[in-house]
Amino acid sequence: MTQETYRRPSAGTHPPNLSPEYKSTPLRAPRQTPVALPHTLSEVTGPLLVSERLDSLENDLTRQRMGEPLGERIVVHGRVLDEDGKPVPQALVEIWQCNAAGRYHHPGDQHDAPLDPNFYGGGRARADAEGRYQFITIKPGAYPWKNHHNAWRPAHIHFSLFGPAFATRLITQMYFPNDPLLAFDPIYNSVPEVARPRLQAAFDMGSTRPEWALAYHFDIVLRGRNATPME
Amino acid sequence: MSNEATPSQTIGPFYFGTLIKAYRHDLAPANVTGERIDLVLSLYDADGAIVPDGLFEIWQANSHGRYNHPEDRRNLPLDPGFDGFGRASTDGDGCSHFSTIKPGRVPWPEGGLQAPHINISIFARGLLNRLATRLYFDGNPANADDPVLKKIEPKRRATLLAKRDDKGTWRLPIHLGGPDETVFFDV
Repeated sequence: MTQETYRRPSAGTHPPNLSPEYKSTPLRAPRQTPVALPHTLSEVTGPLLVSERLDSLENDLTRQRMGEPLGERIVVHGRVLDEDGKPVPQALVEIWQCNAAGRYHHPGDQHDAPLDPNFYGGGRARADAEGRYQFITIKPGAYPWKNHHNAWRPAHIHFSLFGPAFATRLITQMYFPNDPLLAFDPIYNSVPEVARPRLQAAFDMGSTRPEWALAYHFDIVLRGRNATPME
Repeated sequence: MSNEATPSQTIGPFYFGTLIKAYRHDLAPANVTGERIDLVLSLYDADGAIVPDGLFEIWQANSHGRYNHPEDRRNLPLDPGFDGFGRASTDGDGCSHFSTIKPGRVPWPEGGLQAPHINISIFARGLLNRLATRLYFDGNPANADDPVLKKIEPKRRATLLAKRDDKGTWRLPIHLGGPDETVFFDV
């Protein structure tokens, strides 16, 4: 009998919890070493959210309000894969982001930039059988966040994925290529250097829509599986 | 073909309002079998200050100890309407409220059963990775033989034990750091 488990992340993939340049981490990062758990049914199962019904406009953030939001219209698409390159079919992909001016539709965001009544900033998509997902949105703006003197977040879109198991849960951020703010951002730079480029979308000329939208490609890779003999 | 895993990033402070569609405080519609419980998870930083911008997710088996997931192939009943997934932000008091049923026991890979537990994911501004922990029910006799609890040094086990208050609500404070730091798991 074998039980499928998920491969442990290799060193150099995820940021350390304690990343002091990101000033919210010292009071919130646990200091004790986490206790390693073997993968039991509790870890290899997880919410698939198959009963979540998505309406047809949830992946189009430009059509959720009365009018069209301001900003540069973009297609963001890609695949949800595992480390073996296998698609994660029917994966639920959730995103959220600020508007083109760099302001979130959120009461806590006090940045002195306009709200856009036609932009809410949240979307969901269900990946297809090949793991492909697609959103239509506007390019988010940069915004200041007071982490250090004149700190500005590079433009980013938050991504939330469940994958097939509790063990595969991932929340991350997608960045845009060639953004000069990346070099100054402690959240992006908390990730080991070798892995940082995986958080950058690729400009995708072939998927642009003539006279309508630019396009970016962003694949998300979740943990792969092992088949481990059970004792 | 091999791909390299996508790194984790913080949820940040501004997810609320955009992810709200997927909030689920009440996991168990009236027809679900099992002992109904109210659950309050609360979140504190290393100084003991409440964390009002956190997000909890819970994942659990039903009262028969069956997960609603294709990987759980055991011949045990599934409850229609019970996914076993909950998600709630912390409020101004650092608390998230859930209404669910007490989970049954699930197997341990090397034999035997685990004590009833609820799997918890924690996200917040300042957390660059998802934190994972478990909630166990204080006073449950199965805790004494639980293989996960036995891995933990005795003085820290209490950080995983929810206690019942005088109104019957199960409460578990979760401390991200400080002297009462919760035991987190590398899953």
